[in-house]
Amino acid sequence: MASLISCPHCGVRPKEEFSIRGDATPVRPAPMASDEAWNDYVHVRANPRGRIREHWQHVAGCRRWLVVERDNFTHEVFSVTDAAAARGGAR
Amino acid sequence: MRYSALSIFKQALAGNLGWKPAWREPQPKPHYDVIIVGGGGHGLATAYYLAREFGIRNVAVVEKGYLGSGNVGRNTTIVRSNYMLPGNEPFYEFSLKLWEGLERELNYNVMLSQRGIISLYHNDGQRDHYVRRGNAMMMEGVAAEQLDRETLKKMLPFLNFDHARFPIIGGLLQRRAGTARHDAVAWGFARGADRLGVDLIQNCEVTGIRREDGIVTGVETTKGFIGCNRLALAAAGNTSRVGEMAGLKLPIESHVLQAFVTEGLKPCIDHVITYGAGHFYISQSDKGGLVFGAEIDGYSSYAQRGNLATAEHVMEEGVTMIPGLSRVRVLRAWGGVMDMSMDGSPIIDRTPIDNLYLNCGWCYGGFKATPASGFCFAHLIAKGESHHVARALRLDRFERGFPIDEAGAGTQPNLH
Repeated sequence: MASLISCPHCGVRPKEEFSIRGDATPVRPAPMASDEAWNDYVHVRANPRGRIREHWQHVAGCRRWLVVERDNFTHEVFSVTDAAAARGGAR
Repeated sequence: MRYSALSIFKQALAGNLGWKPAWREPQPKPHYDVIIVGGGGHGLATAYYLAREFGIRNVAVVEKGYLGSGNVGRNTTIVRSNYMLPGNEPFYEFSLKLWEGLERELNYNVMLSQRGIISLYHNDGQRDHYVRRGNAMMMEGVAAEQLDRETLKKMLPFLNFDHARFPIIGGLLQRRAGTARHDAVAWGFARGADRLGVDLIQNCEVTGIRREDGIVTGVETTKGFIGCNRLALAAAGNTSRVGEMAGLKLPIESHVLQAFVTEGLKPCIDHVITYGAGHFYISQSDKGGLVFGAEIDGYSSYAQRGNLATAEHVMEEGVTMIPGLSRVRVLRAWGGVMDMSMDGSPIIDRTPIDNLYLNCGWCYGGFKATPASGFCFAHLIAKGESHHVARALRLDRFERGFPIDEAGAGTQPNLH
């Protein structure tokens, strides 16, 4: 894991300031979506080796939710964006 | 060659020049009844029991590295059956019973040492939980004992009993638990399977799974195509990658777990001890090194190496539990890639593809399960139905709403 993460709000910070929630790929389905859609979202993961997108929270900094794109084999970090910005605007 | 005291004596007199390799190194045949992907503990045990118990001997194990190069050689060697939930406990107890007869069965010294495991607790709520767990074990016919603080003080005087935040108030003991020599388990099953005619094909990575009319016809490998009637996946750590070759999307996420060993010490820790305040576990190897670990690092990873922050955290837990550890030097640390399932329990089941079988999701409890996992997986492959102790370990339990969640942590793979 890279030692330094470049937070879009706080700048370069040690990774210990962040907590990692997990895979950012699954998107929460509508409340009344089918059981299959909910099962896919809650339980099933693509779990690729290589480039992945993850939800991280900068808990010891701005407390914003971030999307970190990194390689889970080489530990290289490619990009860090604000999760709300990644969805197309602040909420 | 059968190993015995006499064979050691004879070989010693002959200058130890007559030992034969423990298994052959065959080239793959064009077709097998069963191919097992993954030459770790579980894959090798599956091959052994397929041949030994179920009479299926036209079997190949294909392994991308060398035999036992994955997690069977990268764990903390603990063997136990102190689980709580009815879907798990009979399975792990079956495994412990197989462990108890394993050396005789395999004619191989796996150095099983039933030194007992003590799980410490630190507050009233945790005590109630451990009493419940002990009772649940006894309901399944597994002996469990509660130890009070005074008894523990006599048994384990080096513990930090009066820590301000995490005082030790008691422990749950399973006497039949212990440790085993991890590599020897893989080697013993490999030798046993080889002697029954199983082909162990090393340095042969599966690159694709060929399917026709909805069933698997064989695997593409770095040594060419190998056909099979039935395909069994036992590639924990890389299950999702192999599963994807067959179009499976699974309730698995790969995480890294670290373990550590210190310099050799004189015998000082006689049991396996787990700390209730942070999931730290420690035992002493026969060579004298203290072997310990704690939780997974907590992020998706396929790298067999961990994070220093986690290493520091593990050491802190260890020193909190046994202050004397602060003076011991750590020699080595390593990481293994864990198949974290969504409920912390494994999967031994059929798949939506008729002749494809799946053994995965061992989280970080796979080593103790090795014999039962092999036995139950072989049972499933040979008979087409689950062994009775593995009936709950279904792939579809998540979507049907029957998770087996020992930790009660919910469907977060990094929390088990």
